[in-house]
Amino acid sequence: MEFQFQFDWQAAIDSIPFIIKGIPYTLLISFGGLVIGFALGIIFGLLSINKKWFFKWPATAYIEIFRGTPILVQVLFIFYGLPDLIGAPVDPLTAGIAAIALNSGAYISEVVRGGVQSIDKGQTEAGLSLGLSRTQTFWSITWPQAFRRMIPPLGNQAIVSIKDTSLFSVIGVGELVRQGQIYIANTFTAFEVYFVVAILYLAITLSLSLILRLVERRGLASV
Amino acid sequence: MTQIVKMKGMNKYFGSLHVLKEIDLTVEQGEVVVIIGASGSGKSTLIRCVNGLEEFESGQLEVDSQPLAPKSGNPKSLAEIRKEVGMVFQQFNLFPHLTVKKNIMLAPQKVKNAPEVIANATAERLLNRVGIGNQADKYPSQLSGGQQQRVAIARALAMDPRLMLFDEPTSALDPEMIGEVLDVMRELAKEGMTMMVVTHEMGFAREVADRVIYIHEGQIVEEGKPADVFDNPQNERTQAFLSRVLAH
Repeated sequence: MEFQFQFDWQAAIDSIPFIIKGIPYTLLISFGGLVIGFALGIIFGLLSINKKWFFKWPATAYIEIFRGTPILVQVLFIFYGLPDLIGAPVDPLTAGIAAIALNSGAYISEVVRGGVQSIDKGQTEAGLSLGLSRTQTFWSITWPQAFRRMIPPLGNQAIVSIKDTSLFSVIGVGELVRQGQIYIANTFTAFEVYFVVAILYLAITLSLSLILRLVERRGLASV
Repeated sequence: MTQIVKMKGMNKYFGSLHVLKEIDLTVEQGEVVVIIGASGSGKSTLIRCVNGLEEFESGQLEVDSQPLAPKSGNPKSLAEIRKEVGMVFQQFNLFPHLTVKKNIMLAPQKVKNAPEVIANATAERLLNRVGIGNQADKYPSQLSGGQQQRVAIARALAMDPRLMLFDEPTSALDPEMIGEVLDVMRELAKEGMTMMVVTHEMGFAREVADRVIYIHEGQIVEEGKPADVFDNPQNERTQAFLSRVLAH
């Protein structure tokens, strides 16, 4: 008997309305997590370049821990492990957002550190020599220039984090992959459904790339 | 005469390297002091101590009657001194993300809380003074090196400093642009600005300086009127240095 596989377009199209329900969750977890991650990245990135050890060491520890362990382990830890510690359940959505936030925060810290350290020391000296305080010099001279250089790696991190949310199907968040799995359980059309899931991820990441490219072009035009 | 800068027995180390040795130097109000010397002699470090961009290890330094203690880094007295002391750098160090005009307006607005209209008027006046009034809305990268350095001078002048420090202001410039920057500095000197200038432009030193100081390995070995230092140097180190730089 010969096995012949035929891509079932109808099955793919039929699956879309169900799978697409995962998009709000995918977007909520990624962007919610990234916004918090960006805040964490600024805080810990700046602390990690502070000369004082009691700022630098904890920040470096955070960065190394969350960069050095898999995000899947992190989310399992938050979802299954943390309730034991705090004595209350953590809902899957919160766990997902927290995992993206903490994980992307570690990577963004490094982006912030690299961006700030790439700005020439002469810029700080010029600011100080004009009588600006260290804080004024940093926020009005160093940071705006560093931020522009951070846009491409930040975009990169956003795309990585969006894709990372697919792992959270394991804790039952109804994001794209999870929706696909539920659908396949009833129809057994794995090939078509995962194809649709992949296309939907691509649609999200490509739109983001496009937006970033426009932002970059606008931001760099003046430097 | 008011003494704007007073240094007494100042010593500065980079690790084990003794870069400034027992420096005694005063600068009077309205005086133009040009500091010459080979690269690595400590001349840039010397003027960077004046506005606290470098700390020194021992000795005394007073700028505009404000004492600056060794290794203090006291942010309050540093901020006070920096308001009174402008600095022009070898690499210009303009802010690339701001227009020329905003480069000049930044410090008056942030440090002196100058209203925007006032800061704006000051910027326009200073840009005209350094001869680039028509470039106000461009970004630094759109200007030539000579124009950028003139913007940097205007930026420092916007804080109405009592003293201007020039750290090799023409060393990064193409030869044909050196003149336009020296012209602006010459004008400033003529108007009575107190200036400390580190430079390799011996012609400028001879013409504009009230006093020339030669530094060798962190020590002031010769000091005097330009005519004396250039035509009749007493120290053999100075003689050797001048014969090297004036030979061509």
